[in-house]
Amino acid sequence: MSWMNLDAALPVIFMALMGVSMLIYVISDGYDLGVGMLMHRATDAEKDVMIASIGPFWDANETWLVLGVGILLVAFPKAHGLVLGELYLPVALMLVGLTLRGVAFDFRVKAKDAHKQTWDRLFFAGSTLAAVAQGWMLGRYVSGFGSGWNYPLFAAAIAVALPMAYVLVGAAWLVMKTEGDLQRRAVQWARTAWAPMVGGLVLISMATPWVSVTVRERWFSLPEIIALMAIPLMTGASLFAVLAVLKTKQVLGALCWLPFVLLILVFVLGFLGLAYSIYPYVVLDQLTIWQAASGPAALQVILVGACISVPAIAGYTVFSYRVFRGKTGELKYA
Amino acid sequence: MDALILARMQFAANITFHILFPTISIGLAWLLLFFRWRWLTVRRASAAAAQGWLDAYRFWTKVFALTFALGVVSGITMSFQFGTNWPGFMERVGDIAGPLLGYEVLTAFFLEAGFLGVMLFGHGKVSEKVHLMSTFLVAFGTTLSAFWILALNSWMQTPAGHEIVDGKFRVQDWAAVIFNPSFPYRFSHVLLASALTCAFLLVGVSAWQVLRKAAQRSAPGVMRVGLTLAALLIPVQIFVGDLHGLNTLHHQPAKVAAMEGVWNTGRGVPLLLFAVPDADRRMNHFEIKVPKLASLILTHELDGEIKGLNTFANAHPPPLPLFFAFRVMVGIGMLMLATSWIGWWLLRRARWQPAHLPRRVLWLFAAMTFSGWVATVAGWYVTEIGRQPFIVHGLVRTADVVSKVPSAMIGFTLALYLLLYLALIVAYLGVLKYMAEKPEEVLQVEAVEQAVTPPGAITAPVVQGATA
Repeated sequence: MSWMNLDAALPVIFMALMGVSMLIYVISDGYDLGVGMLMHRATDAEKDVMIASIGPFWDANETWLVLGVGILLVAFPKAHGLVLGELYLPVALMLVGLTLRGVAFDFRVKAKDAHKQTWDRLFFAGSTLAAVAQGWMLGRYVSGFGSGWNYPLFAAAIAVALPMAYVLVGAAWLVMKTEGDLQRRAVQWARTAWAPMVGGLVLISMATPWVSVTVRERWFSLPEIIALMAIPLMTGASLFAVLAVLKTKQVLGALCWLPFVLLILVFVLGFLGLAYSIYPYVVLDQLTIWQAASGPAALQVILVGACISVPAIAGYTVFSYRVFRGKTGELKYA
Repeated sequence: MDALILARMQFAANITFHILFPTISIGLAWLLLFFRWRWLTVRRASAAAAQGWLDAYRFWTKVFALTFALGVVSGITMSFQFGTNWPGFMERVGDIAGPLLGYEVLTAFFLEAGFLGVMLFGHGKVSEKVHLMSTFLVAFGTTLSAFWILALNSWMQTPAGHEIVDGKFRVQDWAAVIFNPSFPYRFSHVLLASALTCAFLLVGVSAWQVLRKAAQRSAPGVMRVGLTLAALLIPVQIFVGDLHGLNTLHHQPAKVAAMEGVWNTGRGVPLLLFAVPDADRRMNHFEIKVPKLASLILTHELDGEIKGLNTFANAHPPPLPLFFAFRVMVGIGMLMLATSWIGWWLLRRARWQPAHLPRRVLWLFAAMTFSGWVATVAGWYVTEIGRQPFIVHGLVRTADVVSKVPSAMIGFTLALYLLLYLALIVAYLGVLKYMAEKPEEVLQVEAVEQAVTPPGAITAPVVQGATA
């Protein structure tokens, strides 16, 4: 493949675009889902503030999932059929979860008081179902949909670990966006979620090379391993920094943003590690991105649109976060 | 049941559920912009009139937020089902469908989702001008979304601008793909349907509020807006619908033959007011007909020839659902015409005070609240079932692109989705009814929350709305 040749590079560009969309989705809807999974631990007044802290963002956050899946559908139709065929049931369950979570946002503030509690429970249940289903899907995807006793076990482990990661990033979001009692409790939640999340991450990092020969050879060969060690080392350092910051007093004040930002770094590093493991496959050991890609004509047309609209999307996303910057008050329709 | 029928049922269930909500949110977004603009323009002249528009804006914004959320979640489900149910579709026509769907996400979805937060919660955090602009961008985004999705849908009905190389579709001319022969008609027809659905929703909910003595400041103005909009647009819709029908006759004669229950090609074909088409015996039972009228309507000649289903062998849609869905749509259209014209005249005679209208007229309005939904879904069935057995008319058969997922799995998830959608529709209608009857209570709740919120966090108009 020549890098000078745009047609051959198109699948790589779209793989990157899809990966970045999915990464932004996992981080941004990750904190939404995490906040949702923490709901049942909060008082009624705190629930309102928690929902208000994610209210203006969740819809745009979910759109990154549509873009990611859209690119899979549009740019890699063969992989789309294969992946979504394999994941048919967990996809359906995730969609049910996202649906419940999405509508509960609006129903809970508009329904009769007597029904509010039901919607809060559905908000929690929907967030949890979606997160668990996503963890399972990630586990199946990373291991190339292999069959054997160890593969479902691996997927099940990630189905627990990913929700933990979401809870941690959700708690870090609350530390950043709230104040008073809720903020103090969010610090506590984050510290509780830290250990299982880190345990899960370590387990996955060790198990991935075990279930996949391709990944093993990719990581454990000289001299690559020396350069690659930077990824786990930086991830570890960031995670310990998160724990250290959570134990300081400043986390309630000037450093309230730091755990969230460090966790974004962890997600980005995890994503890079994953990308390195899988590339150039779009489905591990089965389909490379070139085998799965659409014709260059269609990809060029979409690329033009993406080049124009993605900066605009970034622009008004920044605008929206600026409008709703700072600590969360009550949200009002007006 | 086989996988094809199950996959179609699942997709139909999802798309039927989905279309209910954009149909409201597209039109309602523009109406909210109108309410907001009216409030801005009259607030210096008359405090009372301004209060009515502000109440209307705030109440209907809540309806909009709820509707939009349901549209978003069901839309996400759809973006997955393109692939899970019809994997072969993208492999064959991905070069055409891909960019159109991609542009919808990139230009429309992000626009509406990005500014929705500012529109719903940004008042007081941004200037009045920026807020109005955000509302406009949400409205524009919803309409742009309809543009792209209907371009693709119309292309599947009347494909143009492509060539087929080794069974795969390649684009020759993007303008011809997007502005394919049925697109202008379908796009206008759907946007008008959205406006009419909203118009009758406004009229129906306001009538309900008048009957229940709720929202007395805003309901009269909202009812007047709704009735005027309906009375103006329904004749336009009937005219556009007729053009759309003639366009379909030209490009998809089998669909029209099925809609009209015409089994055999003939001249001077009668219009069937009622019949029960029988696909096995290829004939109609219980016909009630008006001689030569179908020929007159479709060809504008008493003895014009209409092609029958016999011309299309086994490549035609099932006539039974089309025949009835079409009559439901047209019947509701006629009912809308009568209701909006008579209603507008009566309301004008009552000096725009709905409380002075006879109660049975208010009940009629309330009964018509969701007439737009029924007509839209019926019309949608006509056009989509009318495309069968093809997924791309005349070129790709639906059966050839269906998923190979075991039918038990499709059946299970279908049941899951149906249960969920049914529950959500019930919840949506229940909450809408509750909000319509108790808008003051909702404002009261906000006033209490107001008191516990730190000063400066919330804008003055909210307080004004809650306490005035």
